Amino acid sequence: MADLPDAATCFELLSRMALIRRFEEEAGRQYQRARAGGFLHLAIGEEATIVGTASVMRDDDYLIGTYRTHGHAIARGTEPKRVMAELFGRVDGTSGGRGGSMHIFDRENRFMGGYGIVGGNLPIAAGLGLASQYKGEDTVTVCMFGDGASNTGNFGETMNLAALWKLPVLFLVENNLYGMGTSVERHSAQTDLSKKAEGYGIPGTRVDGMDVVAVRESVAEGIRAAREDSRPTLLEAFTYRYRGHSAADPEVYREREEVEEWQRKDPIEAFARRCVEAGVLGEREVREARDAAEREVTAAVEFAEASPEPPLDTLYENLYTLTDPGGWYAVDERSPEPHRGEREDRMPDAARELAEAGAAYAGQPEGPRPNPALHGDAQDGTETRISAEPEVDGEPEALPEPERALNAEEADD
Amino acid sequence: MATLRMREALRDAMTEEMRRDEAVFVMGEDVGVFQGAFKVTEGLLEEFGERRVRDTPISENTIVGVGIGAAMAGLRPVVELMTVNFSLLALDQIVNHAAAIPYMFNGQARVPMVIRMPGGGGHQLGPTHSHSFEALYLQVPGLLVACPSTPADGKALLKAAIRDDNPVVFIEHESLYGARGEVPEEGDGAQPLRFGEAAVRREGGDVTIVGVLKMAQVAEHAATQLAHEHGVEAEVIDPRTLRPLDLDTILESVRKTNRAVIVEEGWPHGGVGANLATLITEQAFDDLDAPVQRVTGADVHMPYSKRLEQAAIPHEEHVVSAALATLEGSL
Repeated sequence: MADLPDAATCFELLSRMALIRRFEEEAGRQYQRARAGGFLHLAIGEEATIVGTASVMRDDDYLIGTYRTHGHAIARGTEPKRVMAELFGRVDGTSGGRGGSMHIFDRENRFMGGYGIVGGNLPIAAGLGLASQYKGEDTVTVCMFGDGASNTGNFGETMNLAALWKLPVLFLVENNLYGMGTSVERHSAQTDLSKKAEGYGIPGTRVDGMDVVAVRESVAEGIRAAREDSRPTLLEAFTYRYRGHSAADPEVYREREEVEEWQRKDPIEAFARRCVEAGVLGEREVREARDAAEREVTAAVEFAEASPEPPLDTLYENLYTLTDPGGWYAVDERSPEPHRGEREDRMPDAARELAEAGAAYAGQPEGPRPNPALHGDAQDGTETRISAEPEVDGEPEALPEPERALNAEEADD
Repeated sequence: MATLRMREALRDAMTEEMRRDEAVFVMGEDVGVFQGAFKVTEGLLEEFGERRVRDTPISENTIVGVGIGAAMAGLRPVVELMTVNFSLLALDQIVNHAAAIPYMFNGQARVPMVIRMPGGGGHQLGPTHSHSFEALYLQVPGLLVACPSTPADGKALLKAAIRDDNPVVFIEHESLYGARGEVPEEGDGAQPLRFGEAAVRREGGDVTIVGVLKMAQVAEHAATQLAHEHGVEAEVIDPRTLRPLDLDTILESVRKTNRAVIVEEGWPHGGVGANLATLITEQAFDDLDAPVQRVTGADVHMPYSKRLEQAAIPHEEHVVSAALATLEGSL
């Protein structure tokens, strides 16, 4: 077992993991209250992989991730309140409400984005690595992605190119055992994901992603190889998400016992216990870390609630960057915009009602909230219904079992 | 000025911009040692070396994605996709990433990259190697779309595209690579061209013909025929960029001629002409004396047979008859 770092680092690791855990729990609750919309992918259970990785990166290194990256941004130093505001779709969000949960970004902290397309971030990571190499800088890119992404064409293409060009990138598979609801055994012919890049000349190793100290050690070695030897590596971290793929996941593909078994190895509990037993941290400090997380997340929700909705006349902002020379771009008075949705006084009643119905949920502390997967969403093209009293076929909507379980779990918090 | 072929003009644009700005580099399949599938990157490897002229594996989506990442970190990649047909393999990176990133990250990241891709039919390359996707890329907010028809425009637009901070889809036509024209040389006032400025290729008061990419040439030839054989003076407009689109110049012309014909090589449904006809109808309806006419490629996959292929591509005769149709009853 890897040695514990010094007390200050241990406290920082524990605090950051506790903060992400508390943030994600609260994000789930705010989703139930319909404050956060769309799809919500929570990383509860995966904190050691996230924090362990970010904790051994330099400030000028790049981190790039997936659609499950609230915690990754926070681990890089993004203020939780700005992530929460993004989930709320408000102007103070990391992307001003344009990205949402799946597209968190923080240039200042070199968190180069959450991406909604599985495997879409892999080539971009290689490009960040190429830029470092091209400019002669010794910055490193850490690219995190899920086990499911290891089956995409981008994975093979990017591994080949990164190896060929000796790009300073650490590719880190957050193997949480499921690509959405399909287990690794059922989606990957090679279940040892660390071996999937061997044919491209990229060596792989595996690490216990529930052990923050072990993750630090493995990631530090991958970063060293990238920085000093300009050599890409692949690291597979075994981790687990306690919650469903998204908040709309009925979790029919796994047993409750499996979740409970992983929860017994909880990365935060285990690390706190180890620190206390080793005498590095006291019970008081463990409590302090949790209390601080509670305070920060409470403040984050207050901040997000107070943050204004984006004004409609900003609808087209940042679609293009105006440079010289350059004509005019996109839509302006010379090209009538058929949507015509950017004027406050022309906001259609139906759109306003939808937005306000979302707000109406705020009056109900624990939901219920329509499940976008059940109501039809972007995947089947039907409209997501949000009304104050959602009904299905005239009957009050019953939450699916896992949603109740999720609520019950929260009630215990 | 020098008389150059299109491929040389495009190469000169890249050469000059690479000399001017260290952040500019070129990458793509066979752009280096092979000197480009259409020899557009000839000589670049020799002058700039392998760091700045990078041969890539055949991995279109990843090539574009690598360009995006490099652009987000401050470089200015010029990515060559061997043909527009292959750009379909990179559509995820072009649409979901390059075009979306500046907006979805609220301006925190820019993607100053150029994605060059040649296309078009006429070389018996059949269904998978003859596409015209101007309309496809025109549809995507966040992208700029250039489609030059002359060597001078090719050079000036490519220089502008490289300096622009937005992702640019730069569509070239395989049949135009050998076309010659006068081109300003470096130090001779080789200036970038502003995107969104159409060129009036020929002035006339009877009918407006808008031709895109190679069809700008076809439109000019048709205009000559209209004048010689029918006494019709056509005004020919080459938009040069489709996004942004210089709609003002087109509308001004339509208000003068009261008639419009749009010529493109791509498919008719949801095409450039469909879009432009709508814009003209929306904004100059009262000025129109006849329905807007479109001349497009046939609604089929490009056939191999020379005879069938030529039947699927617009020719000047088609443009002439469309122009005459707008003038029916008034001649």
